Amino acid sequence: MFLGLYNYWIVVLLMMIGFYIVIAHGNLIKKLVGLTIFQTSVFIFYISVGMVERGSAPILAEGISDYSNPLPHVLILTAIVVGIATTALGLALAIRIKEAYGCVEEDEIQRQDQLNEDKS
Amino acid sequence: MIAIAIVRSRDLLAVVMLTGIYGLLSASFFVVLDAVDVAFTEASVGAGISGLLMLSAITMTGRKEAPRRHKPFLALFVVLVTGGMLIYGTMDMPYFGAVDAPVHQHVAPRYIHESMQEVGVPNIVTAVLGSYRAFDTLGEVAVIFTAGIGVLSLLSLPRRRKKYQTDEATEEQMHERHMVLRIVSKALIPFILLFALYVQFHGDFGPGGGFQAGVIFAAAIILYTMLFGLDTAKRVFNPALIQILAAVGLLLYACVGVVSMLNGANFLDYNALAEDAVAGQHLGILLIELGVGITVAAVMLSIFFNFEGRRQAQLHNAKQKGEQDVSRTL
Amino acid sequence: MLAHLPVLQVVLPLMAAPLCWFLNRSKLVWIFALIVSAATCVNSILLLMEVMKSGTIIYELGGWEAPWGIEYRIDKLNAFLLLIISTIGTVVLFAANTSIQKELDEDRHTLFYSLYLLSLTGMFGIVATGDAFNVFVFLEISSLSAYALIALGRDRRALWAAYQYLIMGTIGATFILIGIGMLYQMTGTLNMSDLATRLVDVGHTRTVFAAFAFLIVGICLKLALFPLHLWLPNAYAYAPSIVTAFLAATATKVAVYLLIRFTFTVFGISFSFTTLPLQSILMVLGLVGVFAASITAIYQQNVKHILAYSSIAQVGYMIIGYSINTSTGVMASLLHLFNHALMKGALFLALGAVMYRIGSVQLSQFQGLGRQMPLTMSAIVIGGLSLIGVPLTVGFVSKWYLLIASVEAGMWPVAVLILLGSLLAIVYIWRIVETAYFKPPLPGREAVKEAPWTFLGPIWALVIANIYFGIDTRLSVQVAQAASQSLFGINP
Repeated sequence: MFLGLYNYWIVVLLMMIGFYIVIAHGNLIKKLVGLTIFQTSVFIFYISVGMVERGSAPILAEGISDYSNPLPHVLILTAIVVGIATTALGLALAIRIKEAYGCVEEDEIQRQDQLNEDKS
Repeated sequence: MIAIAIVRSRDLLAVVMLTGIYGLLSASFFVVLDAVDVAFTEASVGAGISGLLMLSAITMTGRKEAPRRHKPFLALFVVLVTGGMLIYGTMDMPYFGAVDAPVHQHVAPRYIHESMQEVGVPNIVTAVLGSYRAFDTLGEVAVIFTAGIGVLSLLSLPRRRKKYQTDEATEEQMHERHMVLRIVSKALIPFILLFALYVQFHGDFGPGGGFQAGVIFAAAIILYTMLFGLDTAKRVFNPALIQILAAVGLLLYACVGVVSMLNGANFLDYNALAEDAVAGQHLGILLIELGVGITVAAVMLSIFFNFEGRRQAQLHNAKQKGEQDVSRTL
Repeated sequence: MLAHLPVLQVVLPLMAAPLCWFLNRSKLVWIFALIVSAATCVNSILLLMEVMKSGTIIYELGGWEAPWGIEYRIDKLNAFLLLIISTIGTVVLFAANTSIQKELDEDRHTLFYSLYLLSLTGMFGIVATGDAFNVFVFLEISSLSAYALIALGRDRRALWAAYQYLIMGTIGATFILIGIGMLYQMTGTLNMSDLATRLVDVGHTRTVFAAFAFLIVGICLKLALFPLHLWLPNAYAYAPSIVTAFLAATATKVAVYLLIRFTFTVFGISFSFTTLPLQSILMVLGLVGVFAASITAIYQQNVKHILAYSSIAQVGYMIIGYSINTSTGVMASLLHLFNHALMKGALFLALGAVMYRIGSVQLSQFQGLGRQMPLTMSAIVIGGLSLIGVPLTVGFVSKWYLLIASVEAGMWPVAVLILLGSLLAIVYIWRIVETAYFKPPLPGREAVKEAPWTFLGPIWALVIANIYFGIDTRLSVQVAQAASQSLFGINP
């Protein structure tokens, strides 16, 4: 069983490291980095699913009969694009937050908002 | 390993560099797993564009991460529960690489065995991406377009602000110093652009396609921007033009669908584009890949220009502190 | 052309969004966007009529048949949802031109309409599609545009709210992606109806359980179900008023739809409700959500915050109806979905009008508005009454069916708790009414005028719909009933 599933377990480990960074860290940029790792690990999971033993890349050629499953590849191509789109938007937001609050730390931002709230 | 180093490190520059390496490693992992197209994309995105954007962002937001104040037990707990759930889920999974797994028995065989007759493109990934699941790809282009508009709406500088003079002297100096780099890259950039075009049109046969080509194309121009300054680059590649191109790419894609609809078939049914079904498929895939390439390159450039433009505006503001308030009202 | 209705619904706004670039004059773009969304609205009415008449419509995109290509599958349920979203989208957009002139810079207007149309595209795409992965793609279109729209808000807290929403939303989407991946791994297909048939064989495996868990948690993040709601109040409060009205009336509805679609159509009732304790978990979360959110709403100082928390409570009601797991329960849930869109659309638009005139929506600033903006404030009162569930408003109809459903299922305590929850709504609505009508205007605020007609038109259109569908319930009840019965496989 270990030999059959170890690949998935490594992927799970990677996913969880990414996920941990997202929720435990206060720095906005680092959260986005965590998100990237989390998503990339999910991509690895998908690609692992499509893998066939002794298969080859899904480009038709003479003399090859076993190809790995092309569908996960397609899905992940799409998902990578979605991922970079999200990252770009998140970074843009972080830059604007830096300008508006003067920092990119979660605690500090919440403290400033609290102060504002108390004043008004 | 890299991932753990990312958790530990507080220096964001190192984190970003490590993320780039992580992207590159996963790309090589994809090659091992026979997913060449994905590897290509991940290498250009994970190790290229996203690292670049992050670098550009941290120059604006600062390098250091503040030390944590509280121990994140709750976070650890949530992560462990999620991880446990995932491990639990893996227990009944078909073994890694098993030939008899359901994914290889259903749906996929048709792509592998029939796509040559039905679509006529040797690269199955391109066939599925461009034809069988073309609507997903249209959605993907729309996502990129949305991100482009989103970044534009967040970072673009208000038009009424007069164009400030960047400190040309220092910039010139900087660029003078990198003489060797400039000459080398001047020679290199045409080749990168050529390679992008090759990737664009060779996607039917080998790994590649509109998305990868778009990213490479954008990368070449970004290289140019970094060496010759933003203003020079903007003079060559007008931002307004880039925005229009982004829209044109998406429209081109959608119009292919509309044309096939006008020809009496379903949306994005390329068989209706030409007399012969396979010729129609070829034409359709060519056109939509072109649409993808245009939009991706344009949006990536637009995002990068916005990031850089914002950065220069900040530098400029920092220079004459106190004169005006930094926060732009939006 | 009639055969292409399902895809036109999505492609129209999708193509219109880039076209906005070429117009580049705020007013022109507005008219253009309005025409496009009105067209989608007409389109969805035609679709609904077609579906009610001749049953489910299947549209194969690219001409590839189902499990290999992507199909659109329009049944009564999603035709109903499409109608709700497109109607609200159009009505709200009507007031946009006036509102964003005060709240946004001139050079962001084109971007705003582009994003608005993309957001619409995303929601239509999620609802119309019959393919699990396609859901993810369009989910991201609607989410990314929503983040950007929220970040357009003037207050700097809008940025922070948008960022939080982005993180939470992306985690949710990634969870959904994991779930879909596991389902794909076990069945080899992504098509929803194909999944449903093939899941029967592998329903007992641990992987499918895990997939189910990830999908549900991911959707509940988007749904802002009680413990996962933290992103919502600030996102609604600091976004531009038009965006709040639009998202509050539509975004969570789409998530409810996804929940229903996945549990009923893909996994099937027997798997979702018998094998797993989903019913009791969601029932409890729904009830706790109603109370926690209503009580928090009472203590808010910002009226947008009050209504945002009220939205979380209303999501709670929908989840209660859904987790009763009878045909009547789901019907009540769907009705509430429709009704809540009407109420919250009207209420948040009215707040937009207040924002337009006095530039703030703090409760303390509402003093004396009852006499100064009588039409706007009476709209808020009627919307509020509907929220409480007073007879002759739509709120009453859905609460009534919710009560019937819980009594039918023998859940008396639930019925009592629903009534108690409505009492809490009285408290927070009363606070607004009291300030607006029984306190004198603030000094220096004597000359506030009634909102312009571009606001009053859509607000009152929604208010009248609130009353009309509260009295003449035939149309909405009939459609909701048909939709929920088809989910349970009952032929009317």
